[in-house]
Amino acid sequence: MKPLLKRILTAVALLGVSHAGIAGVLPDDRSDILYHQYVGGGVEIDGPSILVRKSVGRSVSIAANYYVDMVSSASIDVITTASPYTEERTQYSLAADYLRGNTMMSVGFTSSEESDFDSSTYNLSITQDMFGDLTTLTLSYAYGDDTVGRSDDPGFVRDNTRQHYGIGVTQILTRNLISALNFEVITDEGFLNNPYRSVRYLDAGSAVGYSFEPELYPHTRTSNAVGIRAKYYLPYRAALEAQYRFFTDTWDVDGHTASIAYTHPWREFIFTAKYRWHDQTGAHFFRDIFPRFEATNFRGRDKELSPLTSQTLKFSVAYELFSDGMGFLDKGTVNFSFDHLMIDYNEFRDISTGAALGSEPFYHLDANVLQLFVSLWY
Amino acid sequence: MNIFRAGISRILLTLPILAIVAGLSACSGIEPWVKPYERDRLADPIMLLDADPVSSAYIYHVYEAREGARGGEGTAGGGCGCN
Repeated sequence: MKPLLKRILTAVALLGVSHAGIAGVLPDDRSDILYHQYVGGGVEIDGPSILVRKSVGRSVSIAANYYVDMVSSASIDVITTASPYTEERTQYSLAADYLRGNTMMSVGFTSSEESDFDSSTYNLSITQDMFGDLTTLTLSYAYGDDTVGRSDDPGFVRDNTRQHYGIGVTQILTRNLISALNFEVITDEGFLNNPYRSVRYLDAGSAVGYSFEPELYPHTRTSNAVGIRAKYYLPYRAALEAQYRFFTDTWDVDGHTASIAYTHPWREFIFTAKYRWHDQTGAHFFRDIFPRFEATNFRGRDKELSPLTSQTLKFSVAYELFSDGMGFLDKGTVNFSFDHLMIDYNEFRDISTGAALGSEPFYHLDANVLQLFVSLWY
Repeated sequence: MNIFRAGISRILLTLPILAIVAGLSACSGIEPWVKPYERDRLADPIMLLDADPVSSAYIYHVYEAREGARGGEGTAGGGCGCN
């Protein structure tokens, strides 16, 4: 067993016997039926996400989730190096929570399948309430095992594994203020790039001045992220939330993410507006164009690993259908959420414009994300 | 060399775990400074940090797919790993 995992599991066991106090609470029994849609950059992805959670007795809660992405992609990468395609990804999750005193232990499994990619993730976490339930400490671990394939080559099979280690602390600071701090380390090992993506390199023999070769990524990646958030209750009954996250990894991607959100209830409605900003440096092996064929040991042209700045404007509204019971249901809400995402890629050029080499504009993405869901409590 | 990348992840995870667990018994005498009867505002649905886990898990997945950063936002489960 890896040393760090052993330390975490030891601490988890110690937590379970170190403090006795007020009993914790299982998550609410609820179901959510959600329709999601992403449209932007030549990509359309939509589908359902259905979650059902039910407690069994007073100590156990079980949850199951069914999620589908129906993908229709003519993204900038696809139209410049391949052909538009459609795909469907199906994901199943199962989770169980066990409550004992003020300690909650959770286990879960997630399986994701599509024609050329399978993923299995196992997760374990323990949550401890302490100091009169003012503080909640969570330790989490997840292990993922992925199999990467190619739709045009049945013999192409590559593996990669992921491990997530997380610590989270939620702290009530005052009667109006709650805060949370999260650390997360994620390590990946194996085949980490998209098998279809290519990089371009200068080629005087090509009519356009460049040619393509396959990406070649490092076989490992370790990332560290620390995030802090706080939510404040305004005297006239509204809430203001601020969040910041710092990210860094062994690929030299450093990122800052900040957001601010305002929540305002009015009669049966709850309105939320949010602005999110994210800025990152690029991976050390990312180039929009390489000087020659196999110029470097590692090569990538994934725009998500380029230096970029993204901004999101979000608006959401929740409407309470009923709260005094209806048959076996206690409460029901209908929710609508709209996110407008704007991403500027600072070193990734749009070669679909046909502009001369070196004068292609830097790529800009606008995307709209829509969520419509009904939540029922019972 | 960036000391944060070099090894501080191990320190960040290990020391706080041990410090918090070791300190729990010593701190068992701390009285909660926000009494149970003063938590009505915190119990208001508008004060939930994650009111709709299905929705927040989805939007987290969107950002993880569109940006190079991941983690640190308190979401559980480890995601789907999809590339």
